[in-house]
Amino acid sequence: MMPATLIAEQVLNGLQFGVMLFLMSAGLTLVFGVMGLINLAHGSLYMVGAFACAAVVAATGSSYWVGPFPSPGVVAPPGSFWLGLAASLAAAAAAGALVEVTLMRRLYQRGHLDQVLVTFALILVFSEGIRWIFGAFPLYLDIPPSLGGTVPLPGGLDYPLYRLVIIAAGLAVAAGLFQLVSRTRLGMRIRAGESDREMIAAIGVNIRALYTAVFALGAALAGFAGAVIGSITSVEVGMGEPVLILAFVVIVIGGIGSIKGALVGAILVGVTDTMGRLLLPALFATFLEPADAAATGASLASMLIYLLMALILFFRPGGLFGKVA
Amino acid sequence: MTARIASTAVVLLLLAVPLAGTVLDEPWLITLATRVAILGMAGVGLNLVLGYGGMVSLGHAAYFGVGGYVAGILAHHALEGHPVLAWPIALGGTDSMIVIWLVAIVCGALLALLIGCLSLRTTGVYFIMITLAFAQMIYYFTVSWPAYGGEDGLPIYLRNSLVGLDTMDPMTFFLIVFAALVVVIFLVSRVVRSRFGLALTAVRQNEARVRSVGIGGFRIRLVAFVMSGAITALAGALFVDLNRFVSPSMLSWHTSGEIMVFVILGGVARLWGPIAGAALYVFLEQVLGSMTDHWQFWVGLLLIAVVLHARGGIMGFTSGRRSDDG
Amino acid sequence: MLDVVGLTRSFGAVRANDDVSLDLVSGEIHALIGPNGAGKSTFISQVAGDLAPDSGSIHFRGRDIGQMRAAERARLGMARTFQISSLIGGFTVLENVMLAHLGRLGESMRFFAPVARDRKLRKLARECLEQVGLDSRHRKRVSEISHGERRLLEIAIALALEPAAFLLDEPMAGLDQEGSHMLIGLLDSLRQTAPVLLVEHDMDAVFALADRISVLVDGRLIATGKPDAIRSDDTVRAAYLGVEQP
Repeated sequence: MMPATLIAEQVLNGLQFGVMLFLMSAGLTLVFGVMGLINLAHGSLYMVGAFACAAVVAATGSSYWVGPFPSPGVVAPPGSFWLGLAASLAAAAAAGALVEVTLMRRLYQRGHLDQVLVTFALILVFSEGIRWIFGAFPLYLDIPPSLGGTVPLPGGLDYPLYRLVIIAAGLAVAAGLFQLVSRTRLGMRIRAGESDREMIAAIGVNIRALYTAVFALGAALAGFAGAVIGSITSVEVGMGEPVLILAFVVIVIGGIGSIKGALVGAILVGVTDTMGRLLLPALFATFLEPADAAATGASLASMLIYLLMALILFFRPGGLFGKVA
Repeated sequence: MTARIASTAVVLLLLAVPLAGTVLDEPWLITLATRVAILGMAGVGLNLVLGYGGMVSLGHAAYFGVGGYVAGILAHHALEGHPVLAWPIALGGTDSMIVIWLVAIVCGALLALLIGCLSLRTTGVYFIMITLAFAQMIYYFTVSWPAYGGEDGLPIYLRNSLVGLDTMDPMTFFLIVFAALVVVIFLVSRVVRSRFGLALTAVRQNEARVRSVGIGGFRIRLVAFVMSGAITALAGALFVDLNRFVSPSMLSWHTSGEIMVFVILGGVARLWGPIAGAALYVFLEQVLGSMTDHWQFWVGLLLIAVVLHARGGIMGFTSGRRSDDG
Repeated sequence: MLDVVGLTRSFGAVRANDDVSLDLVSGEIHALIGPNGAGKSTFISQVAGDLAPDSGSIHFRGRDIGQMRAAERARLGMARTFQISSLIGGFTVLENVMLAHLGRLGESMRFFAPVARDRKLRKLARECLEQVGLDSRHRKRVSEISHGERRLLEIAIALALEPAAFLLDEPMAGLDQEGSHMLIGLLDSLRQTAPVLLVEHDMDAVFALADRISVLVDGRLIATGKPDAIRSDDTVRAAYLGVEQP
């Protein structure tokens, strides 16, 4: 029997994963809902955020290195994670705005094929560009000391504070986005843009500026997620792509253009994936040899969320909260 | 007419490079041309759905990789002498190319049938994301399934055999691949000009009209999708024979993107277009790659320029006419 | 031939069709008229199978076709044309008609024989083009022919289905006087092939052609009858004709 604390810990991990996936998916789904654009390079913006954070942390402290020459053994005061986080938001938003103004604008009227190709090409440009500047080795970001350590939770579980903060921060961003879209003038324009571009152009909203703002907002969310996750894993070229594909799964499950769908889908995917990796090998262990059970369980767990997606597609081709397929 | 000249030029170039390789005693040129022919064939498969059928599949690495793993797994078992399957029926490995090709084609077709049934219920962005996601699912499966090397991949030590030919000889292998490519392109050319092809191009342009004359668009798309998967799987099997190695990277989504790039660089809905596209891509990889480690950066910029400004691709550019959509 | 009972369809709060019943008998042209936004196109879409009704039944050739897909209905002999010409733009005129023939013959799953050189299919297609007077244009691409010719091509495609009923959605739309005049002659002869459900705005055409007329206003059918009866019907005059002929 599996201890309850282990299960609770994995549920929290799944929740944390889901919340981060939401940050990625929210930008994608907004950009698709408002501009009708599919952006494969969204994962690159995630990567840009992580690298910006790492670079600023390195520049403000000295325990981090940038470039091909690590300096092991040098212990120096860490740089400011908070400045790094701010930099990740700023850099990703700036990169997003730049890309929108120079390229994406020409693509809104084009077909999805052209959008796929250009944004695929952008991934090559971003990935090679970053590798050019920072080198091919992964960088490591530490979590800020003030958020280190664990917190005792009821039931005898000690859970890392940093991950709890991520969950809280993600949920706060989700709440903020709901407020933005449903209450503010910008949100009104976003919703209007979804239903009728010509109408809002006619009532005099500067649609170009609106599109740039939406794109930059989505990019900033992705960059933020990159910096936050980069501190748990590592900061490296290509880090955004697996996350991007998971975000696609989230959007297909939740329904394109729906923020609520993105949140529900993201948490569903996060928890399903994490729990599948924990429970499936255990389940197979009840009737298979341990080695076989681990292998079968692990491979099936890696496919679980896609099977979930297939299931949802079969019954609701438009996603859980989608309008129509 | 000019389109025919462009096609002829592609064929001649594809034959000239390995010939030059033989004359100059530079076998790597032969290998390069073989690579172009195989990658091009994968593109021909995608072109059937993307160019003729208008379905933007971003998951063709799945079929390429499945064809590759069929070749790798069958050859692996033939070498080790273990059966692939002992129960319910005994199924041994094989190193016969013909058998491997057939199995690859069947597996590619079946996988495409399964994925197509689900993804073709949707259109547009959903379709793109779903094809990508299913390919990724198979990628993760191969990475985490340890029996055939998992992440590290599976080497096969000898090229598979074909009716007593010396398949290890680069030129012989090139000719085998070239012959397969010609057969595939011939079949595709018949298909796109057949009744089915007429219906397929019609579905791309105006599905409501096709429905109103009594033709179900879903069936037409699904059949094209299955054929496409089969062709790309065959290319995957050949690719593994070329490299004598199969790994999950064949299934990665970069592969899907690259196959799509071949189709676009060459010009969509043109029979030899993907070969021209693959040739250009491999050429750029060689030339830029020899000048800088960061050649993909420049390829990315070039691709952006092509999509934004030269939409007919190479074949469209040289023949001065866009393909028949409109 | 065609029997529609109680068809209802809402879009949000708007009832586009409210309990619409209508039938079509052999040899007639039955015109469906009404002001813009009355729900005529919604009606046609439901009968053709492109839109699912909320309630109501549709029988065609004695069969309940309510659950059939659009393609199945077409194979059963229901030939519709579109309000805005809906042709395969990249195809030639001939190819557009050939496509309809191969839909009718159920031959879309033949993969090997080149379709362009198929004598049987070409002959069938050219016969249909001849009937509408477009044969001389058969090699042209759809993008190269005039608007009037496209309307004729729509009819030729419908003929290729060897239909048991025609559903024509504003076939006159956008035609000049000469074009309309020619098309009226053509439509007049169609009823010998199969009955016609004609949605049309051109009142001259409607009164010249129709054996019966139904009037749709705000989603409800307010009258059905012979042209003379409709012309003198007070509710119709008030609701519809009065607006156009003060």
